[in-house]
Amino acid sequence: MSQADETQTETVSEDGVIESVSGPVVTATDLDARMNDVVYVGDEGLMGEVIEIEGNLTTIQVYEETSGVGPGEPVENTGEPLSVDLGPGMLDSIYDGVQRPLDVLEDKMGTAFLDRGVDAPGIDLEKQWEFEPEVEEGDEVEPGDVVGTVPETVTIDHKVMVPPDYEGGEVTAIESGEFTVEETVVELSSGEEIQMHQEWPVRQARPAENKETPTEPLVTGQRVQDGLFPLAKGGTAAIPGPFGSGKTVTQQQLAKWSDADIVVYIGCGERGNEMTEVIEDFPELPDPQTGNPLMARTCLIANTSNMPVAARESCIYTGITIAEYYRDMGYDVALMADSTSRWAEAMREISSRLEEMPGEEGYPAYLAARLSEFYERAGRFELINGDEGTISVVGAVSPPGGDFSEPVTQNTLRIVKTFWALDADLAERRHFPSINWNESYSLYKDQLDPWWTSEIASDWAEVRQWAVDVLDEEDELQEIVQLVGKDALPEDQQLTLEVARYLREAWLQQNALHDVDTYCEPEKTYRMLTAIKTFNDEAFDALEAGVPVEEIQDVDAAPRLNRMGTSEDWEAFIDEIEADLEEQLRALY
Amino acid sequence: MKEYQTITEISGPLVFAEVDEPVGYDEIVEIETPQGDTLRGQVLESSDGLVSIQVFEGTGGIDRNASVRFLGETMKMPVTEDLLGRVLDGSGNPIDDGPEIVPDERRDIVGEAINPFSREYPEEFIQTGVSAIDGMNTLVRGQKLPIFSGSGLPHNELALQIARQATVPEEEEGDEGDGSEFAVIFGAMGITQEEANEFMDDFERTGALERSVVFMNLADDPAVERQVTPRLALTTAEYLAFEKDYHVLVILTDMTNYCEALREIGAAREEVPGRRGYPGYMYTDLAQLYERAGRIEGKEGSVTQIPILTMPGDDDTHPIPDLTGYITEGQIMMDRDLNSQGVEPPINVLPSLSRLMDDGIGEGLTREDHGDVSDQMYAAYAEGEDLRDLVNIVGREALSERDNKFLDFADRFEEEFVQQGYDTNRSIDETLEIGWDLLSMLPEEELNRIDEELIDEHYREEEVEAVQAD
Repeated sequence: MSQADETQTETVSEDGVIESVSGPVVTATDLDARMNDVVYVGDEGLMGEVIEIEGNLTTIQVYEETSGVGPGEPVENTGEPLSVDLGPGMLDSIYDGVQRPLDVLEDKMGTAFLDRGVDAPGIDLEKQWEFEPEVEEGDEVEPGDVVGTVPETVTIDHKVMVPPDYEGGEVTAIESGEFTVEETVVELSSGEEIQMHQEWPVRQARPAENKETPTEPLVTGQRVQDGLFPLAKGGTAAIPGPFGSGKTVTQQQLAKWSDADIVVYIGCGERGNEMTEVIEDFPELPDPQTGNPLMARTCLIANTSNMPVAARESCIYTGITIAEYYRDMGYDVALMADSTSRWAEAMREISSRLEEMPGEEGYPAYLAARLSEFYERAGRFELINGDEGTISVVGAVSPPGGDFSEPVTQNTLRIVKTFWALDADLAERRHFPSINWNESYSLYKDQLDPWWTSEIASDWAEVRQWAVDVLDEEDELQEIVQLVGKDALPEDQQLTLEVARYLREAWLQQNALHDVDTYCEPEKTYRMLTAIKTFNDEAFDALEAGVPVEEIQDVDAAPRLNRMGTSEDWEAFIDEIEADLEEQLRALY
Repeated sequence: MKEYQTITEISGPLVFAEVDEPVGYDEIVEIETPQGDTLRGQVLESSDGLVSIQVFEGTGGIDRNASVRFLGETMKMPVTEDLLGRVLDGSGNPIDDGPEIVPDERRDIVGEAINPFSREYPEEFIQTGVSAIDGMNTLVRGQKLPIFSGSGLPHNELALQIARQATVPEEEEGDEGDGSEFAVIFGAMGITQEEANEFMDDFERTGALERSVVFMNLADDPAVERQVTPRLALTTAEYLAFEKDYHVLVILTDMTNYCEALREIGAAREEVPGRRGYPGYMYTDLAQLYERAGRIEGKEGSVTQIPILTMPGDDDTHPIPDLTGYITEGQIMMDRDLNSQGVEPPINVLPSLSRLMDDGIGEGLTREDHGDVSDQMYAAYAEGEDLRDLVNIVGREALSERDNKFLDFADRFEEEFVQQGYDTNRSIDETLEIGWDLLSMLPEEELNRIDEELIDEHYREEEVEAVQAD
């Protein structure tokens, strides 16, 4: 986190004195501070942020444990709002909620436990990076323009930009070679100097020229998501589900396989072991597009449930600001927030300590505003330098008791356009991903269809609609089956149930733990679906020709549909099944 | 150390006192009553001139003339390896008439969060000898896996069985390479004397007490003390695990009583309540307990937690099980119907879950076929369960042959796989073999979640014929 400039601190602000302490909320008197200024609290210098000013009394939320802190201890103001350091080195990093690198903290603290009062810059200030200029002396540059690149990881070239709050002007000097992020690499006629890093206050969105309608899907490699409920690059999605329904696995699958350039993964108030799993797995897993380690495109933010609650409130902002910075370089960024409910609860906890008037279920009245502010920072943007970049946001929601009518879920649903509803019943029968196909929806479907039609198959929209219809019909038929049993249904309806079963078991289900099945390219998603449709068409032809439904169900080739997902050489495998289905079903009449 | 006789208000478990020097948040306080009793408490809120104190032993006997001493430090637990074999009360004082405890170290009981970067992902299988857990919801070292139970269900028997039988299979073969020993920390919060005796008898009978530390806060002990008991237990666990290389299993019972105490204090402080009157910070508070399970890179030991909670009204959407489920790595669900059918242990595997299972099983860890077998049994049992509803309406005859097989599977799954009694210790091989016996009741082509090679290896052809001959 950014340490304010020492000299500046002394001139701008005066130190205050702690008046009271209650958990993460501390009040101080005689502190000359503005709203959202970062302050250092107590003898140990715990980091905090000003959240309320009333007369001479300033209220501060502290990002660290406050045990043992007492009235009378000093509070020092940095005079700067909570900001992040933006520059090369953020990828392949793991931060806490206020952008302190956890590996550096381990080193500095010398223990596996998180000590207090230790600060560390978000990016390594000593490391030398290879700066390659992209402009020449005499070129005119404006805010947002790229002046050079730095190979940040094997996958990503980091673009050094003119900060958005600069004036811009003619390049008067430019360097090339190895520099630290604090050294000036470009000088402008306006007198401004450009370094490889910028600072940006987290609660303020970075500027962009314009927001446009997304037209390309974020390909996730997950059949039910790509196939039925697609998310656009620049879109927003929510994954609500009760505990044990697979939210985290779903989020991690997206972080692993989606075709974004950059992934920002925020573990907000979740389990420590889950973050450890990501830290251990991602460096080993290959990025599906480049084959490089996944970590080379990933920035992790981990504020686990037992880490201080105020830092949980800020980790969402830290994450989205980092995402915006990479968007400004023209990249497609995907941000996963697991879980936004914990974020909302952190707001509630702090709000109740401030004794604010509570809204619904004790959440502060500004809950809806904060949620929409956050999701509005997603989108497909025309950048200030004229390029294009996107941020797709996927927020997990953990509704208490799995009840979707609670305020966080409801306020989220008002904003997001894709809704992946996780279902505990499906999870119990180990149907994963447990996305309920009757409740979920995507409002991007229509605007993404042209992409699917031109890139994958011209009849994509019809085939998908066929699948949706069959699943809908199954849903209705199941109600009757519950009453009278399957055998009481007419034969054609029995066959529909059989087809729907294959849609569920062979197509909607996908094994995240299987080496092959874990990622399904769009072509395969389409082909698997058409294979089931082939079974459907051939089977109904057979039924019409008078073949009893039992015989149709018993053909050898049909159960092999269930093995399509795990088959590596899927093209040949599916061709073979289709040929066999045709042959075996036609042989019956 | 300054003494004050400045108590201004006493309300429930809280005492308010005026002070003229700064007092730190969370600091420990001693209150001496006019009768000469010393009570301990903790600073809940500290502002200039006024502090609110929560008294662990209850405020009975305190009047406005009681004197208040601030010890200038937060609550500490004296820790040493010698604690093994000892029985302590809910505040950490020995109650077993044993020798005085000479601590190696005094540790802050709040505990600091483990840096996620320093954690090691848990993937060592713990064999509990209980098929429904080992086979279907595998426990691994460093996991927190609660038992969700209800009043009157045998969760204590199950917890004791796990504490008795838990081993890590390779170590049986003399692989003592890491030199780590096993220890049990038992933290009781608000359990009855009778339950406490049950635990103590079992510990003594099996000799488990020698490798255990017992913290007892009984039902008639002060509720506020329940705030401290689990923290003392976990501080001891962390010390034994990360300083002394023990593999520690922490059993906390009953978390419901802990949460009730939390609510009581919240109400006394006149806080804005969250769902059902529980404080809004209950998630964070519970997380600070549960997240103290785990493994740390470079350390031999581990802390595994099995918290037990009774769901009020058997309702898993009640805030206590709900928030717990969001923090812990799965849950073992006890089921009232299975219990009345006499299934021991009455674990319903369908709503049970172990999130860390997938990385703790498979070739080299348990057995190559473990994952597939477990998946298939889940799916088959779920299907059988669904069909039971239907049978009630249309009768068995109306169902197809396929459906009848699934119904039989569900019955035998409960009778043979889940049912085993509290004294049977099944190895993982035995568990999986029973699994294959049952799966072989189903036609081979229905086993769509199992790799074909594994089916060839394990599927019992003769079973099918036997069933078909029926």
